[in-house]
Amino acid sequence: MVGIITFTLVYVGPGDPAAIIAGDEATPEILEEIREDLGFNRPFPVQMGDWFWKLLQGDLGTSYFSRREITELITPRLQPTLSLGFQVVVLSTLIGISTGMLAAWKAGSRLDRNLMILAVLGFATPGFWLAFLTIWVFAVNLGWFPVIGYKPIQDGLIPHLHSMFLPVMVNSILASAFISRITRSAMLEVLREDYIRTARAKGASEFSVFIRHAFRPSAIPVATVIGASIAGLATGFVLTETIFAIPGLGRMLVDSIVRRDYPIIQALLMVVATVLIAVNLIVDILYAYIDPRIRY
Amino acid sequence: MTKTSDLGSEWQLTPPLSTRLRGMLGATGKAAKRDIVLGMSISLLFLGLFLAVFAPTLARTDYERTDPVNRMLPPSTDNWFGTDNWGRDVFDRTIVGTRLSFLVGFSVTLISSVVGVSIALIISYFRILDAVMMRFVDGFLAFPTILLALALISLIGPSIGNVIIALSVTATAGKIRLVRGAVLSLRESTYVEAARAVGVPVPRILMFHVLPNIVSIIIVQATFTLASAILAEASLSFLGAGVPEYVPSWGNIIATGQGYIQVGFHISFFPGLFLTVTVLAVVLIGDSIRDHLDPKLRGRLRTTAQQ
Repeated sequence: MVGIITFTLVYVGPGDPAAIIAGDEATPEILEEIREDLGFNRPFPVQMGDWFWKLLQGDLGTSYFSRREITELITPRLQPTLSLGFQVVVLSTLIGISTGMLAAWKAGSRLDRNLMILAVLGFATPGFWLAFLTIWVFAVNLGWFPVIGYKPIQDGLIPHLHSMFLPVMVNSILASAFISRITRSAMLEVLREDYIRTARAKGASEFSVFIRHAFRPSAIPVATVIGASIAGLATGFVLTETIFAIPGLGRMLVDSIVRRDYPIIQALLMVVATVLIAVNLIVDILYAYIDPRIRY
Repeated sequence: MTKTSDLGSEWQLTPPLSTRLRGMLGATGKAAKRDIVLGMSISLLFLGLFLAVFAPTLARTDYERTDPVNRMLPPSTDNWFGTDNWGRDVFDRTIVGTRLSFLVGFSVTLISSVVGVSIALIISYFRILDAVMMRFVDGFLAFPTILLALALISLIGPSIGNVIIALSVTATAGKIRLVRGAVLSLRESTYVEAARAVGVPVPRILMFHVLPNIVSIIIVQATFTLASAILAEASLSFLGAGVPEYVPSWGNIIATGQGYIQVGFHISFFPGLFLTVTVLAVVLIGDSIRDHLDPKLRGRLRTTAQQ
């Protein structure tokens, strides 16, 4: 289904890729030749069938412009995005869950209120503007980090993390706002349960009540929202990679859209959708691990 | 809402939609007096609307007029928000951008709500249509909103209308899913069953028995759509894939300033501030409406700490 939508979307677009490749001064003969060459003159179901068949074999197609295999083009772009994604998921989960639990623990206090105000702010702040502000403060004025410039892991872990610090922070803070809100409300819900009162009554320490009795039942909505925030990250990365000039998949998508390199757009949308479906599957499997009553 | 037949009026157990809406407006007004956050958010939104409507009159210069001598000026009494790389007044461009943001935001919200709710109501009564439609919806929801909108716009070309279309398409899918779930559970309720038993036709059940009961869900979701549509439009324009460059938008003004971050901090700062405050106000209003008007949701989905 995802594949059909992706392909149809790109196919029905009014832009004629042959005309774009050939440039402004192309004669009709040249256009026809390019169409023949890339198979644009075949009927729609044939083109789609062909695309799917290749997809199943792991062949994402060929770029209109560089005429290279897309899989080959994507590979060097994977590392920055994966590194960014991994760091952001880990960091936002840590920040989100810990602040959420803290807010639930001190529910109703000033700390709780301030944390939740921050969380709402985090939802309302556009990532690209926050990125702009952090670049201005930490890179332009304080000079702690490079304004732009990505260093791959091959240059050493420390320089790599240093160059990634601002983008990671911006994305983590925004993603953790959502996780924090959900953690807090899920915890508060669970804390009203009878078995929490029982646990307190039998003398379990407050810490143990929180970690052992309350956290696990509230982990299900938290896992859901972390899964959902990964979908949000896909969007965030397109923006962050553009601002911080990180040569990842997000930048690649923006560049391809500007150049109307449809096979790459198709391939990237497929990759993103597949990753997100995989994430949903993992979250579903995690449910069973968190709550043994859930069986598949 | 005229009573068409005795049977219909007798079995109209739920208050009509207009009464509900009026009740909600009244309750929101009362809540705004008590709740300072809500009051401020509503005021800010009205201020934004005011700016959006009167932007051309309020702008003190022609926002397109370039003035290369006075380029990159910092904020001053002449140019409140400074000037950009062409010497255009950032304040004027920002308030004209307000117009675009509100236009896109409200259009997307209206279109996706009407279309989404209609489709959801219709498919909830036709099994086969439901099965087919939901596969489509799931397919659309597998993509992150902005990426899908980005791809759509790359195909149909950047223009204000196309931004609205692309964002409406993606927002509608989510609406259908949400409303369909609510309708399916309401369909099993006793009063719908009762209405069916006395022979009220399906369209009438949907309009007068089901719809009034999902209005609060729709309104809360609408505030969320409004906030995300405004953010999404800014993001798209920031990437250069939203409205054309000659239309001032918060997103593309920020993008301009991005290139001059060393000397022109003010160019991006102010439109970004407008954007953040607008979205914040809308989100807070949505939270309050949910808390005040829907006792069932109260607490469960609470997102702001107000006590």
